[in-house]
Amino acid sequence: MGEKQLLLGDEAVALGAIHAGLSGVYAYPGTPSTEITEFIQNHPLAVERKIHSNWSSNEKTAMESALGMSYMGKRAMVCMKHVGMNVAADAFVNSAMTGTNGGLIVVVADDPSMHSSQNEQDSRFYGKFAMIPIFEPSSQQEAYRMMADAFDLSERYKVPVLMRMVTRMAHSRAVVKTGTIRDMNPMSYPSNPGDWVLMPAVARKRNVHLITMQQDFLEESEKSMYNKMEDGADTSLGIIACGIVYNYLMEHFKEGCPYPVLKVAQYPLPVKAIRQLAKRCDSLLVLEDGQPVVEEMIRGVLEQGIVVKGRLTGEVPRTGELTPDNIVAALGLKNEEVYPACELVVPRPPALCQGCGHRDMYGALNEVLREYENGRVFSDIGCYTLGFLPPYRAIHSVVDMGASITMAKGAADAGQFPSVAVIGDSTFTHSGMTGLLDAVNEQSNITILISDNLTTGMTGGQDSAGTGRLESICRGIGVKPEHIRVVVPLPKNMEEMKNMIREEINYQGVSVIIPRRECIQTARRHNKK
Amino acid sequence: MRTDIILSGVGGQGILSIATIIGAAAIKEGLYIKQAEVHGMSQRGGDVQSNLRISSEPIASDLIPLGKADLIISLEPMEALRYLPYLRKEGWLITNTVPFVNIPNYPEETGLMDRIHSLSHSVSIDVDSIARSVASPRAANIVLLGAASPFLGIEVEKIEESIRTVFGRKGEAVVEMNQKAFRAGLEIAEQSIKK
Ligand SMILES: Cc1ncc(C[n+]2csc(CCOP(=O)(O)OP(=O)(O)O)c2C)c(N)n1
Repeated sequence: MGEKQLLLGDEAVALGAIHAGLSGVYAYPGTPSTEITEFIQNHPLAVERKIHSNWSSNEKTAMESALGMSYMGKRAMVCMKHVGMNVAADAFVNSAMTGTNGGLIVVVADDPSMHSSQNEQDSRFYGKFAMIPIFEPSSQQEAYRMMADAFDLSERYKVPVLMRMVTRMAHSRAVVKTGTIRDMNPMSYPSNPGDWVLMPAVARKRNVHLITMQQDFLEESEKSMYNKMEDGADTSLGIIACGIVYNYLMEHFKEGCPYPVLKVAQYPLPVKAIRQLAKRCDSLLVLEDGQPVVEEMIRGVLEQGIVVKGRLTGEVPRTGELTPDNIVAALGLKNEEVYPACELVVPRPPALCQGCGHRDMYGALNEVLREYENGRVFSDIGCYTLGFLPPYRAIHSVVDMGASITMAKGAADAGQFPSVAVIGDSTFTHSGMTGLLDAVNEQSNITILISDNLTTGMTGGQDSAGTGRLESICRGIGVKPEHIRVVVPLPKNMEEMKNMIREEINYQGVSVIIPRRECIQTARRHNKK
Repeated sequence: MRTDIILSGVGGQGILSIATIIGAAAIKEGLYIKQAEVHGMSQRGGDVQSNLRISSEPIASDLIPLGKADLIISLEPMEALRYLPYLRKEGWLITNTVPFVNIPNYPEETGLMDRIHSLSHSVSIDVDSIARSVASPRAANIVLLGAASPFLGIEVEKIEESIRTVFGRKGEAVVEMNQKAFRAGLEIAEQSIKK
């Protein structure tokens, strides 16, 4: 007990969960959340306790599996990146309606500044939407400790709890002192089995119950040790600092902040404390990472009463993650004079690895499409998204996981030819398969390339759910066997690949080409073993 | 004590191992530490950096403010300059001189080196060839760590011990190779300081 370890925020969440008696983590990889599950997969105690930690096919299946485990009285956790919440949303929102049995924590890692994502959505909206409590740690130590408290809270009220991380918290290390290790829950059925059937009559009852609990959640927040008011003599300004941004604030005031500060790390917002702060101060400044969730909540729509400053008023940047530097002006401080940025430095964008099979796939596809007047390539999310950049400039869309196939279908419905989809193996099983069924049912004239590197590459090489079964999956969905074709993407097979792509583009209907060669990064790791 | 360090380079060069070794030494010394890393997208041949803060007092922010870094330690010269606005005017920039050219518009090398030498405190060394001659090309990052070690605010011996802790699992040969690389870097830094 009381051991000290240097942990990433993600690892602190993972260890906190293990020590709190976790029985299973369910997740689909996604930066910056991936390390949570990987830590559990490799942790000796988790292995000894046989904590479930295999990857799920997508965030929705993960959410539902975790809910099923909770139904059986055990403590379960779901982890995903913020956009994964969109995939899991149906299950997530309704898990607040059924309620839980064993503690259930949904960990979501947001990515302000979009270091590796397509948007800046703020998961606190989802928490509020589902009307459940939210935790937002300001340090790795807090992240560790919150997991036990969040499980307890979840079991006290029988609701899921949202744990909101941001990239900097997820991917920053600090020393964490660990606490006691709790046993896992034994199996037990819910005491309220009828609540789990969300037919309208039940759902209406559950809805009222959930709404009634809002007052309890508020009181929990108001007495929470994670929300604290720190006094300051200068009441010209009162500051509300959420999660990690509290640290950026304190970076400027080593001896203590001259203004009163309310640190917020548990929601619903502690309303009493905010009212107190507003009463004492001439104006309020809201510092929060992500979208202006808190700022909008306390501002309301009427421009009266106290001045509230933040992202919406321009004192703090409207977009992007906050840093110690970009809150300086809002605090009335000045940035010191620093070295100017060096004009010789140019951007160095990420690129497909030398020797990667996606390169050969795009090389062949580009050459074939040059033979047509107006080819369009709908792509997807993964390493092969980098095919947008030079030298390939091969793709025309990347939206959300699985969208390639269905967008190609919609474009073909509109008359586009050739309409090509490029999707990775993991993305295909994540949410490409259902779209393929739509295309098959209508005999859409599309050509799908499932660029199969036998792994989930972009996020570091996790197992891919359909490895070894892609052809049979496509056949099962109804693609004609003669139009499911496999090729090894290597420069020496360029002509074979080109002919195959050309033939399948010219075939009127759904065809699937699978260029298959192991990711060179995972191949290197396998060779070492 | 308090040392704020920006580590930089290109994905795959090994800046995180440098951070791990310094971090292990700092913990052994009972120091506070915060280290923000970059994972994901930018690892694929893109620029990477890590903010490493060690201090005898509690540390607030995981990110180092502009103009507050005591050290930039870089495995690549252009990447060293990318973070210049973070360097304290009196801070040290310690960098590998060998460019990693994987973009078509990589700037003129002489221009980069002139800019590095114009700073008041810099150490620039070809860690690749030193690593090759004293140890193995794989130890280039440890040569650089050696060159940075006099500036870390932790005794050099403690850093060297930490190399053993971190690489110990891989066997004595790997430990020795890395210690050799470390000392070669250290010697060069000591000469630069005397100048
Ligand atoms: C809904 C959602 N979940 C997770 C991610 C994170 N993510 C981006 S790419 C990727 C892996 C894609 O793997 P695959 O399709 O096999 O392509 P590869 O990277 O291996 O080329 C993941 C998990 C995301 N962007 N969106």
